[in-house]
Amino acid sequence: MTGLWVALVVAAVGSYLTKLAGLSLPESVLAHPRVQRVAAFLPVAMLAALVAVQLADGGGRYAVDWRVLAGVAAAVVALLMRRGFLVVFLTAIAVTALLRLLT
Amino acid sequence: MNDGSDDAAGPEVDERAARRSVLRAAVGIGLYAAAFGASFGAVATGSGLSAAQAVVLSLVMFSGASQFAFTGVAAAGGSALTAVAAALLLGLRNAFYGVTLTSVLAPRGASRFWTAHFVIDETTAMAVGQRGVRLQRYAFWSTGLILCALWQLGTLAGALAGGIVDPADFGLDAAGPAVFLALLWPGLTSREARWVAVVGAALALALVPVAPQGVPVLAAAGVAVAAGLRPGATRTGPAS
Repeated sequence: MTGLWVALVVAAVGSYLTKLAGLSLPESVLAHPRVQRVAAFLPVAMLAALVAVQLADGGGRYAVDWRVLAGVAAAVVALLMRRGFLVVFLTAIAVTALLRLLT
Repeated sequence: MNDGSDDAAGPEVDERAARRSVLRAAVGIGLYAAAFGASFGAVATGSGLSAAQAVVLSLVMFSGASQFAFTGVAAAGGSALTAVAAALLLGLRNAFYGVTLTSVLAPRGASRFWTAHFVIDETTAMAVGQRGVRLQRYAFWSTGLILCALWQLGTLAGALAGGIVDPADFGLDAAGPAVFLALLWPGLTSREARWVAVVGAALALALVPVAPQGVPVLAAAGVAVAAGLRPGATRTGPAS
């Protein structure tokens, strides 16, 4: 369990230092157009990958829980209706919980 | 609210009304953060982290997507290194928020050290969304402080409850993907960004059965780098 603690502290402190670097680095480094493009695409690619993996990964093999899928689909509808974070979040968990209760 | 007839009252009235509406939005974001924090706490303890570990992540890492990524990779049996890399790469965007916010907040000396902690998606979006430096600073700090407090409380509540109830019963296993999707959504404005999302997701999905835990998400970062460095790309990125 100590290995997990070490990783956790390294990741947490690293995250803080990342934020601090943004406030401290000379603007010329991070304002470079190529760097900006990569930075803009990083969360897009990784968040999309996280969504896909969380929906389909059952520990190294494909496993989809259609109730979670339905909850996230409902979240997409909420997003298309331009709802805020709270509504999107509650829609997803409510639909999933309801389907799980009923099935 | 300001009906436009009180022009004579001057900018102070505008400023006060604007601050009230900023504060309302900040409280809304805080409520969502409490709920999201609770789901993080419950999911984290449900997947093998201790309550203390969940709370330390929220206190020190304080970046929801990175926390979920770290927990997801570590809990699923991924190596410590992939868990750390996933969290840090996903948190890299915060460095760029810092560049945007430096001009607004102008943190000097030691204040930079505590300002940095609050540089996240929500505070940046709120600050950038206001007009005038004073209101922008107010938006940054009101959102940051409210969100941080409720995020910690939510995490603690979720972590304590997570040991007793099954997060899946409350549909909380849908919380992660739904919130990631909501975070991702505003970034999908350009066609290029949508391609990056689709290719990143497809690559990660394809790697699920063959790569160790955490690697599929890291591989998607490669898609972002390739798309960003692609020669011939002259327009600036989709971020605002």
